[in-house]
Amino acid sequence: MKLRHNDHVVGYLFSAPFILGFLIFTVFPMLSSLYYSFTNFNLLTSPDFVGLDNFRKMFTDDEKYWNSVKVTLHYVAASVPLRLAFALLVAMILNKAVTGIGLYRSAYYLPSLIGGSVAVSILWTQVFGDQGLVNSALGLLGIESNASWIGNPKTSLWTLIALSVWQFGSSMLIFLAGLKNIPKDYYEAASVDGAGSIRRFFKITLPLLSPIILFNLIMQTISAFMTFTPAYIISRGEGGPLDTTLLYSLYLYKRAFEFYEMGYASAMAWIMLVVIGILTLILFQTSRFWVHYESKGDR
Amino acid sequence: MAHTNKSWKPFVYHLLVGGLALVMIYPILWLFASSLKPNDEIFATAYSLIPSRIEWKNYATGWAGFAGNSFDTFFKNSFFIAILSTIGAVISSALVAYGFSRIRFFGRGFWFACMMMTLMLPRDVTIIPQYIMFSKFGWLSSFKPIIVPQFFGIPFFIFLIMQFIRTVPVDLDEAAKIDGCSKYGIFFRVILPLTLPALVTAAIFSFYWTWEDFYHPLLYLNKPELYPVSLALKLFLDGESLNNWGGMFAMSSLSLVPVFIIFFLFQRYIVEGIATSGLKG
Repeated sequence: MKLRHNDHVVGYLFSAPFILGFLIFTVFPMLSSLYYSFTNFNLLTSPDFVGLDNFRKMFTDDEKYWNSVKVTLHYVAASVPLRLAFALLVAMILNKAVTGIGLYRSAYYLPSLIGGSVAVSILWTQVFGDQGLVNSALGLLGIESNASWIGNPKTSLWTLIALSVWQFGSSMLIFLAGLKNIPKDYYEAASVDGAGSIRRFFKITLPLLSPIILFNLIMQTISAFMTFTPAYIISRGEGGPLDTTLLYSLYLYKRAFEFYEMGYASAMAWIMLVVIGILTLILFQTSRFWVHYESKGDR
Repeated sequence: MAHTNKSWKPFVYHLLVGGLALVMIYPILWLFASSLKPNDEIFATAYSLIPSRIEWKNYATGWAGFAGNSFDTFFKNSFFIAILSTIGAVISSALVAYGFSRIRFFGRGFWFACMMMTLMLPRDVTIIPQYIMFSKFGWLSSFKPIIVPQFFGIPFFIFLIMQFIRTVPVDLDEAAKIDGCSKYGIFFRVILPLTLPALVTAAIFSFYWTWEDFYHPLLYLNKPELYPVSLALKLFLDGESLNNWGGMFAMSSLSLVPVFIIFFLFQRYIVEGIATSGLKG
């Protein structure tokens, strides 16, 4: 006997893994999380409805919370633009047919490949440690520096930012692919018209790459907000010194899984989601002014 | 004059670009070099890449591990988690990608939009209820909470494979249909073989992500005999490490070896995967 399936059935059969997973691991958790955010919940007893208490406490009665917001915004605002700027700069330098270009591309990409690993975070504790690579290199240049960059509250967050910027490689590869798609004759025509390299960058490269830049900006911003492993490893799970590396994700983790305040942590997660949502919307809105879509036919 | 101009320019280019590349990978080289240095030398000559004598002992003392568990166990756990997750992620994502891109069914656009949204959803929003759910299943302190969700399609991979399926001409589907292939037959005989490069790329990234994942093992695994390498390294840092930096660097280096091997074997897939879909490396 041969079964005849119609396309609707077959379509749902193929898509079933995603649809089931989406309902079980995304929709249901999101709704529960929204509910938990209005409760006191320590896992041992059932959730106790407290209305907006968690949010009130978060905004008015938790200095650590505001500190983690500040630290995270600082981290995101510094690491994302720097990372993208480096990625674009190096991509433009490497967008040439020169011998050894493949080797350079690999070298610049490698940090991004392994950067999220615990091994690299451990390495970082040593690179910026009191007797680490950075101080040792400064010593060679005749600059005496014996203090740990990680232990100093003024520089601790910057060691995390440096770790993030160091991983510009994957964005660089995306930009490189974008640059390869820009027709060479655009540049030639501009040169004939007397445009210098800076003008060519602002009038050709930047506008034509702008959709890719927007995409990168959004994805990198979201992942920067979620940064956890390096902050956890480098500060030994504490977010120190003086909470200067207590990123939002780390603070949320501590509230949820060290203090078992599931309701409070869920409320934190929803604020994070709303903030990321708003930021993404703003980026999309501003994109009207700076992102150039060729398909509009204005070229 | 023009001639001399031409000859020094490439030299300056290579000097600058090569120099910066060296700065970029210096910390990685330093990690490997330090894993071969005697303990007292790692920080005494921190900038140097060359050990006064090669100390293989670090690999033995590091591998010995702690609390009765050697890195035998940790590497075995890591490979188990990463390989099983990868198999699940690639198979399920390929199925979904085919459904989304080649079959017209009711609600397809809606589910596709849901998928694109999960792509941007921060993990922090779902992690707490997921943890509670898995603890109700009795899955805590097992690999299940880490591996099972991988079998439900990973949005990034679905998207990547869809992009690839789009380049396969629909005529091929039609021809196979005329030859008597069902939708299943088309998937197995036409789409799967032709999207192999995308599947390889998805497999590589799935392996990378689960291999280096720290968050989920930290959350779900609380017995040292279940630790993957990432979590074991963290324990190393917490514990006795202060007098065995060499051993810790040795194990850190080893944890990166599978990543490097895959990179050098499959570089092309990785570079193309990132370029076509914006996958994060």
